[in-house]
Amino acid sequence: MSPLSPITAPDEAPAAPARTLRLPLDPLLTLAVIGLGVGSLITLKAATRNLIPSDPHYYVDRQAVYLALGFVAMLGLSRLDYSILRRYKNVIYAALMLSILAVLGLGHGANGAVRSINFPLFSFQASEVGKILLILALSAFIVDRARQLRERDTTVRVLIAALVPAMFVIAQPDLGSGLVYMTIACMLLFVAGTSWRHLAALAALVCVAIAFVLVAGPAVGVHVLKPYQTERLTAFLHPSSTVQKEGTESTDPRYQQEESKIAIGSGGKTGRGAQANQVPYGFVPESDTDFVFAALGEKYGFLGAGLVLALYALLISRTLRVLVMAKDLFGSLIAAGVAAMLMFQVFVNVGMTIGIMPITGVTLPLMSYGGSSVIATLLGIGLLQSIYVQARSSSALKGRVLRY
Amino acid sequence: MSAIEPVKPRDPRVPVSPQLALRVAIIGGVAMVMFGVIFFRLWYLQVLSGEQYVAQANANGARHLPIAAPRGQILDREGQPIVGSTVTNAVQIVPDALPPGLSTQVQEYQASLAKAEVARRAAVTRLAGYEAALGRVRRPTSAQRLELRRLRRATLPPLVAVPPLPRSAARLEQLFRRLGHVIRLSARTIDERVVEGITVTPYAHVTIKTDAGRGALTVLGERSAEFPGVAQEPVSIREYPDGEMAAQLVGYVGQLNESELKLRAFHGVEQGTIVGQAGLEYYYDHYLRGVPGEQRIAVNAEGQPVPSKLLPIAPHAGHTLQTTLDLGLQKASENAMKEGMEHARAGGKPAIAGAFVALDPLNGEVLAMGSSPSFDPNKFAKPLTPAEYSALTGRNGEEPGRLTDLADEGAYPTGSTFKPITAMAALEAGVITPSEGLGAGQCIFVSSEPFCNAGHAEYGNATLVEALKESSDTYFFTVGKLANEHGGEVIQRKARELGVGEPTGIDLPSEFAGVIPSRKWLAEQNALESKCEQARHGRRCYIVGEPEQPWTVGYNMDLAVGQGELLTDPLQMAVAYSTLANAYRNGGNGTVVTPHIGKQIDEPTGSLLQTLKFPSRHVHLNYEDLSLVMEGIHQAATAQGGTSTQVWTGWNQAEDPVYGKTGTAERAGHVEQSWYMCYLGNAQRPIVIAVTVEEGGFGAETAAPIARLIASQWYGKPKKFVPGSSATR
Repeated sequence: MSPLSPITAPDEAPAAPARTLRLPLDPLLTLAVIGLGVGSLITLKAATRNLIPSDPHYYVDRQAVYLALGFVAMLGLSRLDYSILRRYKNVIYAALMLSILAVLGLGHGANGAVRSINFPLFSFQASEVGKILLILALSAFIVDRARQLRERDTTVRVLIAALVPAMFVIAQPDLGSGLVYMTIACMLLFVAGTSWRHLAALAALVCVAIAFVLVAGPAVGVHVLKPYQTERLTAFLHPSSTVQKEGTESTDPRYQQEESKIAIGSGGKTGRGAQANQVPYGFVPESDTDFVFAALGEKYGFLGAGLVLALYALLISRTLRVLVMAKDLFGSLIAAGVAAMLMFQVFVNVGMTIGIMPITGVTLPLMSYGGSSVIATLLGIGLLQSIYVQARSSSALKGRVLRY
Repeated sequence: MSAIEPVKPRDPRVPVSPQLALRVAIIGGVAMVMFGVIFFRLWYLQVLSGEQYVAQANANGARHLPIAAPRGQILDREGQPIVGSTVTNAVQIVPDALPPGLSTQVQEYQASLAKAEVARRAAVTRLAGYEAALGRVRRPTSAQRLELRRLRRATLPPLVAVPPLPRSAARLEQLFRRLGHVIRLSARTIDERVVEGITVTPYAHVTIKTDAGRGALTVLGERSAEFPGVAQEPVSIREYPDGEMAAQLVGYVGQLNESELKLRAFHGVEQGTIVGQAGLEYYYDHYLRGVPGEQRIAVNAEGQPVPSKLLPIAPHAGHTLQTTLDLGLQKASENAMKEGMEHARAGGKPAIAGAFVALDPLNGEVLAMGSSPSFDPNKFAKPLTPAEYSALTGRNGEEPGRLTDLADEGAYPTGSTFKPITAMAALEAGVITPSEGLGAGQCIFVSSEPFCNAGHAEYGNATLVEALKESSDTYFFTVGKLANEHGGEVIQRKARELGVGEPTGIDLPSEFAGVIPSRKWLAEQNALESKCEQARHGRRCYIVGEPEQPWTVGYNMDLAVGQGELLTDPLQMAVAYSTLANAYRNGGNGTVVTPHIGKQIDEPTGSLLQTLKFPSRHVHLNYEDLSLVMEGIHQAATAQGGTSTQVWTGWNQAEDPVYGKTGTAERAGHVEQSWYMCYLGNAQRPIVIAVTVEEGGFGAETAAPIARLIASQWYGKPKKFVPGSSATR
């Protein structure tokens, strides 16, 4: 360039690359998030209308605030280079453990379980945000040991690093989140490239553990889970035949699942709309949180449920896409962790409401009411956005990513 | 900075290692399979079985409360109301809104109710066994009756006491006490009604008082905050404006109870619906009750009502029943009964009960009919205490209670009012000739047993007409004896032919069939007795007085004068006299009418829906013989020496000729029962009147004057109570 013409050149030149670099977010991922957020508000509006008679919009208003906060957090996180988080892996892990222990120590009970700490304006459910913290810490840990990935030592350490917080979370008791933690660990090992032998051994171990916890343990008097948890887990195996309608405690898992199935089934092709009665009149317990899919299925039918499932499919496929396009292993692992979290929660939660999965108390990402869950999910998606943005910009800059 | 931007690939795709590609593909595959499973399951639930789940969801969320249909009116023949409905504000309890404590009580009550029901079912089985052992005994002995009554009582719907309120329900008890203070009921009564109401119709409001009065209602309305769970609702109450008038005929209404649910008459009617329980209310319930509407209430999982857009289904009002009764005649007849019975009591006769029937002899329309003592059906419109109920059902079951319609359920010998039937039978069969003189002397002896005239009167040899006029017993004893010798049971056959000893087919829920003693009947009774004795290991059952006694002429002689084993009721006698009367008007071609009270069914709006038809049976009577019999009973009411001539003094016989026969039935252990049967042969408005007064004395003394009062009303004549002095049977 001519030094004589510096006045015009800088004006034009930065324009084109700036547009590329400013490509802020994965559009499809964002679309899925917005769609699910709107879906959540629409569903909750009808489902929670009668929960607090004096304030029918109580839940919707709060969920809208949570979604907005989470969306802002997501936008903020997408501007951040996730790579720097690798440096703080010990801090992150410590924060995870501390928050979980704090809940155990200071927590506030709900439904017979201590899962959250109540602050003046919101209650903080550590296990939800803990999922993201665990993904970051474990990913960083695996990247550090990238050269010893095929060693048994690595596999065992990763599992133990996940198992410790998981046990504390299960002790709260929040079985669902504990299972999510373990799923995340397994997924990270799987994506990081742990040997198939280790994975097979792990699968066998899981089978033995399930058998012990549900069958062998109680038989010899060792109760790893509380009886109601065991019952919830096995309820879907022996459904409606023994459901006793009148006088059944609404916390009876079989009752819950049966009523949920009735709600969803009665939705039919296009939903019952204003005729819906199962959810608005309280036949389906927890229809604002764990059983929000029942509210959706009843009111909007196969059409509405299918649409939301399609949005989840989009969300998960985009997550996997971010996984493969990440500029480094850390990014791929974070994406894998978020994918594990989303897949586990969507399949287990939806499966639970339609009677093909045990009741484990996991939320439906973005749809279920709850600040911690919504914000944690959006933080995870914020990380995906960051990985996406970084991948786009790095490939734009270098065209290559260092791989193992 | 931007100047050094080198290349800008359109697609920022990065190379991926085969290892990662494989594993991500596996993850994607798992996700696809899971989504597939979920979609398939959703399709199955929502599209394939959607309707089934909709039904389940609806059953979950809705409770159906019946809206009572306004019950149809019952009118007299001119369209004047006999029974109507009024709308009042009932005080109701809304169980859900009450202070806590009721549910434990309800559960206890239902548990003891279930226990009592088990005991009741056992009693039903035992009763069936006992009845089968007894066979078709018509007149069981007192011991048997006692046992039967005990068993029957055990099969009645059990009276289960409501357990006391639990101590924890102090607030509830206080509320009931305060409420009771306002509506003048004890807290205990309110509690009982609420608990019983919840048991019959769960979820519905329980009516505890329908006549609280305006003052109490205003208090409750103004201070509703102090009475949680107390509501007011307009309810339709069955109203019987004339109280005791024709009460047994009209019947009464009550909630359909569990044992009635199985009856075919109430097929498809919900428990707790107000239905007819007796009389016309019961017989025509199908028309009167209408179709209840339905309030559909959406409820939440706790069973509490929630706002919904479910529209109520409006009830259809019941149809109107127009009867053949003449309200004026009915009222006058009941007053006449009252006057007659009072007169008898003043004369030293107990006159404990009575009944009357006024029939149109041409078509069987019941113009008036009643039984005394009576009851007020309005009492049944409100909750009734067991004590009140047993007061209505009779003196310990020994005697028929006030609820029994003696006109068609009484079982009486008729005394001499039966004689025209005997005469007709004997003449037609040729047992006697009309001019033959019979029955001289005070008594007739059959194997040294005397059969005497009342007061050992001496009539000499009388012809048929004279015998009917004077009511000579010796004449008719002789006829009975001759008929027995003649064979073929001519009297029995004629009685049945004319309508005695058979159910009349009246449109009321129950009527007495009647007993006419005959050889076959006696053989049956003897067979029953021996069977019963076998079952009781040789002990007597007293179905017959003496076991294994053969038929004797005495049975026939007693029957000929309406005594002995004959049992019938005023309605059957009215049918028989109607048959004689219409045959007499029609040259011997008679009609055995079916007496009926229902005339037509109208829409609630008043337009005719259906005219009620009742079959009748034709008989041919020999006109010459019939004329003689009618002449006999006409003279009995008009000629010098006639048994009821005195009663009809001053009556315009040319216009409304009276054909009347007195009767004085003798029942062991009772004062004579007064009977009078008459037919007034007015060309346009004929009427047959039957009157009987238990323990009322001679026929001319009590029953005949009552009949005259009834006839006076029918023809618009001045009413005068004229007792006769004839002391004949």
